[in-house]
Amino acid sequence: MTANPETLTLHRQQGVVRRLLRNYSGLVGSILILLFAITGLLGAAGMTPYPPLEQHPRDRLTGPSAQYWLGTDLFGRDLTSRLMKGGANSLKVAVLSVAIATFFGTIIGITSGYLGGFFDNLIMRVMDIFFAFPSILLALLIVVVLGPGLNNTILAIAIVYTPIFARVARGPVLSLKEMEFVTAARCLGIRQWRILFRHILPNAMAPLIVQVSLALSWSLITEAGLSFLGLGTQPPEPSWGLMLSESRALAEIAPWLMFFPGLAIMLGVLGFNLLGDGLRDVLDPRMARR
Amino acid sequence: MLRYLTQRIIAFVPTLLGVAILVFLAIRLVPGDQITAMLGTEAGMLTQEQRESLEEYFGLDKPVTEQFFAWMGNALQGNFGYSVRHGKPVLSLILERFPVTLELAFLSVIIALAIGIPIGVLSAIHHNSPIDLFGRVISMLGLAVPNFLLGTLIIYVLSVYFGVLPNSGNYVEFTEDPVLNLQQLFYPALTMGFSFAASVMRMTRSAMLEVLNEDYIRTARSKGLHERTVVMGHALRNALIPVVTLIGVEMGYLLGGAVITEQIFSLPGIGRLTVNAISQREYALVQGVTLFIALNFVVINLAVDVIYAAIDPRISYDSKS
Repeated sequence: MTANPETLTLHRQQGVVRRLLRNYSGLVGSILILLFAITGLLGAAGMTPYPPLEQHPRDRLTGPSAQYWLGTDLFGRDLTSRLMKGGANSLKVAVLSVAIATFFGTIIGITSGYLGGFFDNLIMRVMDIFFAFPSILLALLIVVVLGPGLNNTILAIAIVYTPIFARVARGPVLSLKEMEFVTAARCLGIRQWRILFRHILPNAMAPLIVQVSLALSWSLITEAGLSFLGLGTQPPEPSWGLMLSESRALAEIAPWLMFFPGLAIMLGVLGFNLLGDGLRDVLDPRMARR
Repeated sequence: MLRYLTQRIIAFVPTLLGVAILVFLAIRLVPGDQITAMLGTEAGMLTQEQRESLEEYFGLDKPVTEQFFAWMGNALQGNFGYSVRHGKPVLSLILERFPVTLELAFLSVIIALAIGIPIGVLSAIHHNSPIDLFGRVISMLGLAVPNFLLGTLIIYVLSVYFGVLPNSGNYVEFTEDPVLNLQQLFYPALTMGFSFAASVMRMTRSAMLEVLNEDYIRTARSKGLHERTVVMGHALRNALIPVVTLIGVEMGYLLGGAVITEQIFSLPGIGRLTVNAISQREYALVQGVTLFIALNFVVINLAVDVIYAAIDPRISYDSKS
């Protein structure tokens, strides 16, 4: 019986998922991210206990209770609902910025690595310019130019991360393009772009997938950090970083305002980091942690 | 080595030029003109003539390329412009604030190494034991807790449970009162050093595990050397090579990444200067500080490569090139 290539790919993907769930880091990471995604999606769909911006003046700064699970803030807004909506905003920023960076970074990286020569040199020198900035500083600089806000944060993080994806994608292409299956494909007269996207790219995917997970974690931290500085998500729209920043003045009388957003940020970042570790163990045995 | 160094320095020039162009253009792309940004609401009271004369004074009436070369020429001579709000040249502001950030970065590295190396070594020696698990959990947490969260928590715990406010009072320089200075910088350095400690721990652990499997370690053990001599004298020395690279790379990040920590602990370093310059729309200052930090970052990365080549005899850049 001969298996067709699609069945083989499906089997391979199922194998990766199974191995990921058997890997301790991968399993814990997947559970955390699943929780994050579910609460975020509920928040985005408006399925929160209370509207996140609704003020309850009589219930200002009440602690966690049956009525308000995680308590209320200075304006009597429900913290659970705000955390869910904040999670939705963080998820939006993380997913969109990393998707943009992955798309452009990968195209730039693999094309540059495949074509080589002057073009490759030029592209890599331009990327070096972006690497000359500590990432948070570059993100800050871009936000200054674009102005604060959720969409501009997405763009800033995407711009910061594109060169990193370009570098990660380019590396494997340099060795893959010298391999025999590529020479064979060329001899068969297959068009260059088809060789690049159908033959080389799938073989260079492993480090990219690991990078995506780590980039999501970094993007979450950057969004929270920019919002903490007042340059990311703008009030009254909730964001975990902004909520943490606002909680500082009230920490002594309402510690829950600091504790829960802090915990949310930590678990989100931990989830993506663990998932990244798990994916690295599963997809790239050479990089596996001992 | 010399050839490699020369090549790197030659490649360094276009990168820096690119950085300068990027910083220059970025600020030009900011919505609104610089005169309004500089004077705020008072700009509305300017007459057309006054505005034109100000534009002429700041060279804003000239073509962009001419403005860039004038700015670049001035920057090369150490003139990064003037901060209207601080009433000082940008360079003197940077030089005034930089020692605070530099000291903070050094203290963070020391804290990171003091926490990271011992736990990393213990984790590797007691591989897959409860000690190893403890080390791995600590490093996981270290990487998952961002600076702004840890800093906020430290301030909260200190003020609520110990009645201490680490960021109260004016900053005192090391030369004035070393003890008070170190007290003021300890918690911010711990904040920045903790996540770095997690990276050091991971790197030390994985490098140690690799080195402990090498033949020369087996040889050292079979010679009858004491286990401590084998671990500390033979294994750790080699395992620390990648950690040195990590320190270098991280040093660059610490200098730029002090932005948030300095803000939380109200330290008058270069990071806080940047954030304030951004919120006050002091573009000359933003330009100067960004260029300065990027320059540091590039120089540190170059230094790391050179140090790496110098301490690891297996790396020969000349044969590669």
